[in-house]
Amino acid sequence: MYRIVTKRVLNPYVTLMDIEAPFVARKAEPGQFIILRQDAEGERIPLTVAGFDREAGTVRIIFQTVGATTKKLSQMEPGDSLSDFAGPLGVPTHTEGLSQVCIVGGGVGCAIALPIAEKLKSLGAKVTSIIGFRSEDLVILEDEFRAASDELTVMTDDGSYGRQGNVCVPLNEILSSGRRFDKVIAIGPLVMMKFVVESVRPTGIPCDVSMNPIMIDGTGMCGGCRLTLNVDGKKVTKFACVDGPDFNGYEVDFDEAISRGNMYRGFERHAYEKTCNLFLKGGKTGG
Amino acid sequence: MANMSLKKNPMPTLDPIERGRVFAEVALGYTEEQAIAEAARCLNCKTMPCVAGCPVRIRIPEFINKIREYDFEGAYKIISDTSSLPAVCGRVCPQETQCESKCVRGIKGEPVGIGRLERFVADWHNAHSEQIPVNLPKNGHKVAIVGSGPSGLTCAGDLARLGYSVTVFEALHTAGGVLVYGIPEFRLPKSIVAREVESLKAMGVEILTNMIIGKTLTVDELFEMGYEAVFIGSGAGLPNFMGIPGESLKGVYSANEFLTRANLMKAYREDSHTPIMRGGNVAVVGGGNVAMDAARTALRLGAEKVYIVYRRSMEELPARREEVEHAIEEGIEFMLLNNPTEILGYVNPDDKTDPKNGFVKGMKCIRMQLGEPDEKGRRRPVEIPDSEHIIDVDTVIISIGTSPNPLIKDTTDGLEVNRWGGIIVDESSLTSRTGVYAGGDAVTGAATVISAMGAGKLAAESIHKFLDN
Repeated sequence: MYRIVTKRVLNPYVTLMDIEAPFVARKAEPGQFIILRQDAEGERIPLTVAGFDREAGTVRIIFQTVGATTKKLSQMEPGDSLSDFAGPLGVPTHTEGLSQVCIVGGGVGCAIALPIAEKLKSLGAKVTSIIGFRSEDLVILEDEFRAASDELTVMTDDGSYGRQGNVCVPLNEILSSGRRFDKVIAIGPLVMMKFVVESVRPTGIPCDVSMNPIMIDGTGMCGGCRLTLNVDGKKVTKFACVDGPDFNGYEVDFDEAISRGNMYRGFERHAYEKTCNLFLKGGKTGG
Repeated sequence: MANMSLKKNPMPTLDPIERGRVFAEVALGYTEEQAIAEAARCLNCKTMPCVAGCPVRIRIPEFINKIREYDFEGAYKIISDTSSLPAVCGRVCPQETQCESKCVRGIKGEPVGIGRLERFVADWHNAHSEQIPVNLPKNGHKVAIVGSGPSGLTCAGDLARLGYSVTVFEALHTAGGVLVYGIPEFRLPKSIVAREVESLKAMGVEILTNMIIGKTLTVDELFEMGYEAVFIGSGAGLPNFMGIPGESLKGVYSANEFLTRANLMKAYREDSHTPIMRGGNVAVVGGGNVAMDAARTALRLGAEKVYIVYRRSMEELPARREEVEHAIEEGIEFMLLNNPTEILGYVNPDDKTDPKNGFVKGMKCIRMQLGEPDEKGRRRPVEIPDSEHIIDVDTVIISIGTSPNPLIKDTTDGLEVNRWGGIIVDESSLTSRTGVYAGGDAVTGAATVISAMGAGKLAAESIHKFLDN
């Protein structure tokens, strides 16, 4: 069993937890992910590592409530334990040898982008961060990002905080001013990453994206997380769990990934509503 | 006097139409009377040809003799001397090509139903005995086993009996490997596997789940932790795809994913939260045992029609006869001499938000005929020109094999693999690294449960020789 050590509600939909998992904490690197099961009947859900403390033996996860499992997970408290917590899986984000990096985070993707920004900073890179949210009440990790960045722009879609607009607005400004980076790293919703890639493409600056498709085992066994890359005009199938989760954004077939990502949308909504009803009946939401 | 009936006592099974919709075990097992009648067919040959056909060398005539004497527990002791998973083997071994293929009774008539008798004995034991911890004398040596599938569990059991302190590292959340994620409930109930795993734990074997060797720990770290030998039984791993257009459409699964959702993630149960495509028409591409399992699972999950699409003919189909017969009885349609060329997806040109967009709506296949035999003697399938046709399916399950998982090879210096990624071992199961042994699908590519168990057994013997000196 894997104990929840700390819990922080970052906004109404996003929760942070530090989980006691010493074997995972020893090895975890930014960009890698873990697979957890909330209870012994739960589904296996992949979450990218949002931080770790090797000495305390804890791993940080930050997740958004999107389905039945994350809803149940968000209701757990410090002292409670998760049934399973396996990892670290996937290939760490390549951070070596970069001196100028632009990090673009969207929504809960900022949780994954933060440890990458922190690592780059600790390696001496100059970090320019752009983080975007739908509105002010959804903004997370601003202080942490400020500390890890040389320059930070906060965007909201509705202009309720920071500048109004999506993350591509300041990105395009910076790129058209002639600023150059060794790499742009984009982490967020698939649609956001797709547009970031298109913004960066004309400059030829390498642009990595972090893919988080549906997966089960996380070790290369099921193939459910496969995605298509266009490499030199050839279509290549890769598994996000063992080959990723980071990929060269120029090569990723985003439209296919977006389509595959909503395969079980109807099913998830149904399970989520069932779970919410359970909570309502149990009076846990006070309703 | 032996029972001279030329036929095996038939195995009682659930009615095919009824069972095709439920996950209850299909073969029900012998009663005591049936077992004794079948045991009486054994001639107790002194040369014991059947034993030579068993990868784990179960002393077959001896255990059958015990059944005849009504000493079912005695029969169990003989089997469990050499096999760590009797209830599993009695269900999933291809006895017809192993022990039973050597049976003298098979020369004229049917061989003795050795598999059915083995299953009877194991089930009898499980129903009549308590799980009690056994205190085996320890020899002070520690061995690490990577993977808790059939090879790993066998190796662990044999070493524990010899006094080794054994730890099994399993990547998933449940022990059993392919026995729990791959083989469906109706062929091998999960409770049977859990029971066999409990028997190993009662012998002192430690099983650690959620430990991905190659990620959570490396093979070298296992040695640093004090393990003196390592057995790698990590299985075959990555699913192969065909490389035809449409394989990334929604509704296309690898057999591994489909079966893992159904078995390990329990989509076979009504109350499960695991999403899976149910209903509609399903095509399973491939002709092995895994394809049969996927097809029969799809049927039970509510599919209207299920097709096996295989590019050769029934004669070349590699699945066990018994599985094929069960599939046919349940109404699976065999679309033989057909090869898929494209999977077709639904596109609504007028509405990009149509929820059906991107889902499978059919599969294009081309008819094949058998040409000249290839180097292995199997007749090569050749396309018949202009014979493409479309089958109406909503789900496609690709079951054309797997390639070994690279996680361990990539993190273990000096571990040699062949060009398919299989770990190279010598005749004692030793890899290119001292103290590191390997067996099962990680070495051979996809094969059978019993051959993996045979490999685990051999590795246990070799590890014992290595550490005993």
